[in-house]
Amino acid sequence: MKNSTTALMVENRPVADFIAHAILIVGVIVVAFPLWVTFVASTRTFDEIVHVPMPLFPGTHLLENYHQALVAGSARGSSAPVGTMLLNSFIVAVSIAIGKIVISILSAFAIVYFRFPLRKFFFWMIFITLMLPVEVRIIPTFKVAADMHLLDSYAGLVLPLIASATATFLFRQFFLTIPDELVEAARIDGAGPMRFFWDVILPLSKTHIAALFVILFIYGWNQYLWPLLITSRESMYTVVIGIKRMIAGGDAYNEWNVIMATAMLGLMPPALVVILMQKWFVKGLVETEK
Amino acid sequence: MEKRVVFKSAWLPYALVAPQIIVTIVFFFWPAIEAVYYSFLVQDPFGLSSQFVWFQNFKDLFDDSHYLASFRVTAVFSLLVAFLGMSIALLLATMADHVIRGSLGYKTLLIWPYAVAPAIAGVLWAFLFSPSIGIVTFYLLKAGINWNWVINENQAMLLVVMAAAYKQVSYNFLFFLAGLQSIPKSMIEAAAIDGATPMRRFWTIVFPLISPTTFFLLVVNIVYAFFDTFGVIDATTQGGPGEATKILVYKVYYDGVRAADLGSSSAQSVILMFVVIALTVVQFRFVERKVQY
Repeated sequence: MKNSTTALMVENRPVADFIAHAILIVGVIVVAFPLWVTFVASTRTFDEIVHVPMPLFPGTHLLENYHQALVAGSARGSSAPVGTMLLNSFIVAVSIAIGKIVISILSAFAIVYFRFPLRKFFFWMIFITLMLPVEVRIIPTFKVAADMHLLDSYAGLVLPLIASATATFLFRQFFLTIPDELVEAARIDGAGPMRFFWDVILPLSKTHIAALFVILFIYGWNQYLWPLLITSRESMYTVVIGIKRMIAGGDAYNEWNVIMATAMLGLMPPALVVILMQKWFVKGLVETEK
Repeated sequence: MEKRVVFKSAWLPYALVAPQIIVTIVFFFWPAIEAVYYSFLVQDPFGLSSQFVWFQNFKDLFDDSHYLASFRVTAVFSLLVAFLGMSIALLLATMADHVIRGSLGYKTLLIWPYAVAPAIAGVLWAFLFSPSIGIVTFYLLKAGINWNWVINENQAMLLVVMAAAYKQVSYNFLFFLAGLQSIPKSMIEAAAIDGATPMRRFWTIVFPLISPTTFFLLVVNIVYAFFDTFGVIDATTQGGPGEATKILVYKVYYDGVRAADLGSSSAQSVILMFVVIALTVVQFRFVERKVQY
């Protein structure tokens, strides 16, 4: 690749460019391959899939597979309709995203714009939740939810997940960059704290809220361990749980055409959010990790 | 940093933090305290009575070869996930940073797997590599490789590592690309004029400059592999064959929910809490350093 004849920038561009494009294209193909095979399987019959090797171009059964998945579910394993699961996933993901944003923006506002005893203490309490993911307190959290009669309910799927240290930090960092003159001006105009919150803080936070919403929607949609614990009725399954429950037996038993249609239905909404709202997605991802 | 100008109210700030604090106490602190309490108890097999046994559960765990094996499995698993996800992402990010035309298109086509739930990623990869009907298995067999992760421990590990690293490639790629794009091009050009080859430029200039990003991603990827990969394991190997892919988080779930051994599962939870605390401290000390750069 070295080329000493070009004086300025730099190497033999065409060769280096070719290699870079080639590697990127291989990367894109490897990343897309599982999705492609899933899509193809979702357009084939069960017999076509289990006849090894399965074909790598789409078949003609797309509509009936998706129709069966959405309306009836898999005939083997779990038989709940995926339409209901998608609705559950949507409700849960949107509620978690909105819930986390609302309670985080309010607590960040209190912590930045007020001085009160216990302020630091509350801040540390919120910080410590980072160190207590569901995974390390599985059974006691389940017991609490059970005692509160939250099993198999939307509240049970959502409430235990809506505390958010990262969102609170993000809003806190942002509020600290808002000039103090705005508060002074608001006070001179006689505006109280909540008026200031609605008229100044909320409009200024719009882009942060949008970016957070995208990240948190994906987070909520993809939850697995908690919904697995707390749902036992099929009508309360989210789609990610539903797919797992459809895989009941061996390879020759699972209804792969319907499972793969369900997998497509389960991964498309968050994937589309990433692709269509790429700008917000990237912003949210980078900011929540600061 | 603090605000100079603040509002005054005796009750409003408490009302504002109340929702978050209530959720935090009810669903985080209270269960965590209960986990610590249960970890000192031994229940009889019917769950009717329990006895306070101090650190016996912890002692039993560290005497238990299965638990120590799970630690080893988790260490191997998370290092492999971090290494695989990060090296592929760095290669792709370096190439995307190099190309001028089409880099946005490549970015879009490489970041969408971030949206795939770990459990669904597990199903996708398990389907590709299915011992009986998997299309990749078919071609591997043609190439002379007998692939069956249902009975082969190393292949099972490889499968869950691939499925878990899949979505992390997207995440790492974005952060590496941002890191690479913040390096001044003049530095690279100066080295090129001095006759440094692309490889040498990468290892002596680019790689040291993105080392903060690399270290940050290493911590994030290990945290991910420890805790967020439960879905991958549960949807594919369920810890098997034997206990070859039974990572710590899966063991907590298995012993607590399936085997209903409350004391042991809680003791494992407490040990995991210490792991998260250690990882969080590392992460935050590093973030402080990142701000100074």
